[in-house]
Amino acid sequence: MQLTQSSVGRKIIMAVTGLVLISFVCVHLLGNSSMFFGADAINAYAQKLHSLGPFVWVFRLVMLAAFAIHLVFGIQLTLENRAATPETNVQVKRLKTGFGAETMIVSGGVLFFFVVYHILHFTARVTNPEIYVPLGDAGMVDVYFMVVNGFRSALPVIVYVAGMIFLFLHVSHGFQSLFQTLGLSNDKSLPVMGTFGKLVGFVLLLGYIAIPLSIVFGYIKL
Amino acid sequence: MKLKLHVWRQNGQNDKGKLETYDAPNVSPDQSFLEMLDDVNLDLARTGRDIIAFDHDCREGICGMCSQVINGVPHGGQDRTTVCQLHMRKFKDGDEIFIEPWKARAFPVIKDLVVDRNGLEKIMQAGGYTSCHTGGVPDGNALPIGNPVAEYSMDAAECIGCGACVASCPNSSAMLYTGAKVAQLAVLPQGKVEAQQRVLAMTEAAKENGFGNCSNHYECQASCPKGINVKFIAKLNREYMKALL
Repeated sequence: MQLTQSSVGRKIIMAVTGLVLISFVCVHLLGNSSMFFGADAINAYAQKLHSLGPFVWVFRLVMLAAFAIHLVFGIQLTLENRAATPETNVQVKRLKTGFGAETMIVSGGVLFFFVVYHILHFTARVTNPEIYVPLGDAGMVDVYFMVVNGFRSALPVIVYVAGMIFLFLHVSHGFQSLFQTLGLSNDKSLPVMGTFGKLVGFVLLLGYIAIPLSIVFGYIKL
Repeated sequence: MKLKLHVWRQNGQNDKGKLETYDAPNVSPDQSFLEMLDDVNLDLARTGRDIIAFDHDCREGICGMCSQVINGVPHGGQDRTTVCQLHMRKFKDGDEIFIEPWKARAFPVIKDLVVDRNGLEKIMQAGGYTSCHTGGVPDGNALPIGNPVAEYSMDAAECIGCGACVASCPNSSAMLYTGAKVAQLAVLPQGKVEAQQRVLAMTEAAKENGFGNCSNHYECQASCPKGINVKFIAKLNREYMKALL
């Protein structure tokens, strides 16, 4: 009750689910980087994941739960915060907060639609069914072929680059925020975590957009 | 110097309120901001007009009654300074100054720049005290409290409860205020006894009295006239988790 209804309890839930999500985003990037080591590398990585069997689904359900909880409480808290501030002063000058912090609900919303598109694109095989070709007999697809062809047209490339810019904005505030919420920061560590959080966001941005851009500029090709 | 003031005028909660413009033609750079407003009010009273209502008391930066958003920043944006300690030498001849009240659902406007800050008192009433019997005043040297702990507690206790943290917060959250009140007691032996019920009750009271949720913008610390550090919010969060476990 306290955890799911109180002000601080829900913040803690936001921080824990945020930690789960950002950990996944980091590991996902490491896995995806296999694209730079050729078709065999990324396909071996995909095969290894598939060999985990039911654990893949357990993992997916945990991620889905974390994502859904983060989304629902994020919207709920934002609505409450807006209600707590029915009108603002004519002149408002912010001293400390930044664009990323003030637009968390916007960047979060964009990331939700990005993740839906991403799953339809590369997991559910809805938007571009032509990029899937079988590999071997075990029901696997050629992931290298899928990714390279998935970024052949301009639209997905634009969507992914834009999505990752919003990820950067979200992480640049969220990373240090989760440490503060979990009570893990003090006056000395807080500014360091603020800078480190922006750095993490920037590394994620560069890392993720490197893959579609390498395909566009022909560094990664079939 | 000559100044142009845009002052928020609002006659109670049912009035919509608006900015009205006044000239302050003869301002001394040695005046405090409130003395400058006193002069404007004298002029308004002499000409039979309604004077600008604003909160003030000690005028030496310790009572926490000052509550004006000046040019978009609570207390005017000078580091660790209340409105009464802000001096007119910080402004230039010909400046236009916007003077508005704290704005939050939890702080309804009573009149003009005066808002009802009882919400903060309600948070205190929920747990900002110790109810154990501690006897008479003990000898200072006999207290088994180390200097770092005492300093930490005093840093939190510096909060004068003005509400600038709420006014500056995009979410109108009172978490810096609540954090300071929770932290100042949580580290002391007298306060530890009720630490768990205190943190739960005070955060709940903040919610019940219409304050928003903290989302770590840290505007509160930047506008706090006493420089209360957001580490006390992290401390509140730690205390909260301890209370839940």
